[in-house]
Amino acid sequence: MRNDWVCAEYVRTRSDDIVDALVEHVGITVTSVAGGFVLALVLAVLARSWPRLRALILGTSTVLYTVPSLVMFSLLLSVTGLTATTVIVGLILYTLTILVRGILTGLEGVPPDVREAAVGMGYDGLRLLRKVELPLAMPAVYAALRVATVSTVAMTTIGMIVGHGGLGNLIDRGLDSNFRAEVLTASVLCVVLALVADLLLVGLQRWRTPWRRGVS
Amino acid sequence: MDALIEAFGWFGDGANWQGRDGVPTRLWEHVWVVAVSLGLACAVALPIGLWLGHVGRGGTLAINISNVGRAVPTFAVLVLLFLTPLGLSVWTTILALVAFALPPILTNTYVGMREVDPDARSAALGMGMNGLQVVRKVELPLAVPLIMTGVRLAAVQVVATATLAAFVSGPGLGRIITSGFGRQDVAQIVAGAILVAALALVVEALMEWLQRAADPVRRARQRSSSAASRRARGSAAIEVDRAIETGS
Repeated sequence: MRNDWVCAEYVRTRSDDIVDALVEHVGITVTSVAGGFVLALVLAVLARSWPRLRALILGTSTVLYTVPSLVMFSLLLSVTGLTATTVIVGLILYTLTILVRGILTGLEGVPPDVREAAVGMGYDGLRLLRKVELPLAMPAVYAALRVATVSTVAMTTIGMIVGHGGLGNLIDRGLDSNFRAEVLTASVLCVVLALVADLLLVGLQRWRTPWRRGVS
Repeated sequence: MDALIEAFGWFGDGANWQGRDGVPTRLWEHVWVVAVSLGLACAVALPIGLWLGHVGRGGTLAINISNVGRAVPTFAVLVLLFLTPLGLSVWTTILALVAFALPPILTNTYVGMREVDPDARSAALGMGMNGLQVVRKVELPLAVPLIMTGVRLAAVQVVATATLAAFVSGPGLGRIITSGFGRQDVAQIVAGAILVAALALVVEALMEWLQRAADPVRRARQRSSSAASRRARGSAAIEVDRAIETGS
């Protein structure tokens, strides 16, 4: 039996399958990164306000990052079962290491006189954060977001262990049935997806931070 | 929580500690394959990174290789390699592990070398050092913290990928997890996961210690009182030479 690496027939006849996997992959990635970002933003702001909490948050997220994804999903399995939630919770925990650090770096890079000027103009609390500090922290935040997104796209494949790995499911199935074209197609799609996500974020950054266009 | 208690029950079963599939065998396989892969990756990436950093070329490659490495799923590479003629051999695992250990080491070595204060480099050249001496006595010692960060990242990556290798019949602790999934034995899955997590944390702690121990500048600072500072820095440089020669 032929077992080519590239098979147009497979892509044509199983396009529904591939699209389903792709949709699940994108869904899991987007949910994880978005959830991770919101959580990281809260944690970063908390860490900035309380130095003791800062060490705890950074320390915990580093430890979490050390745990291999397969292990993380296996441990979560005993709590959330064979669901996409297991994968999403695990991936959110991974994004935290990168995102909390990135957001903190960005916030701490805001020049003190800018903050003072804003406070002098009557900005405080959330409004100071939203209108002055976050916009200035954007370059570092986007850098972290790009790293987190690209690695999340890749790591989503491991979700196949609980049956929710998007394109990872196809790779797993291709492995079981020794079907090269399925594995290669899913693998290539996964890398392409990561690159597209990265480009989208670059575009988003250019659009959202017009004042920096001349810089980078 | 039940799963956790069951997992401890699994640890208590003597049968799980013996034979081909026992914890000690799998742990040894895991450590062995990680050490070999990390060693090979260092042997390839360190000289290339040091050289590129020293001559200041290939920066785009050295930096982007890490970004590409992040985008490629480790699981995909393992399965793709498994479906090549390499197949069941242990080299499938080692090749994949090396491939994912290379980028962080290469990038960090390059960046570490480039971030050496140009004045220090000029001073070394002005003292009559040749290229190799500048690398050995000035650039490398100053770049050690970043280089070790790269090796540490690679170690974390390799431990994780080695676990995944179980899916392609590779060696290591991952086998305990995958066979747990095969038998739908949650206790065994969680027990295997705990073992790998513990190993990953031990490796991380070990690398952190190594990172600190290997930094000649830091060591010199710790040892030197203000009077003996110049001498201490000199001996630190000599120790780095020795470390390179012994490959430790």
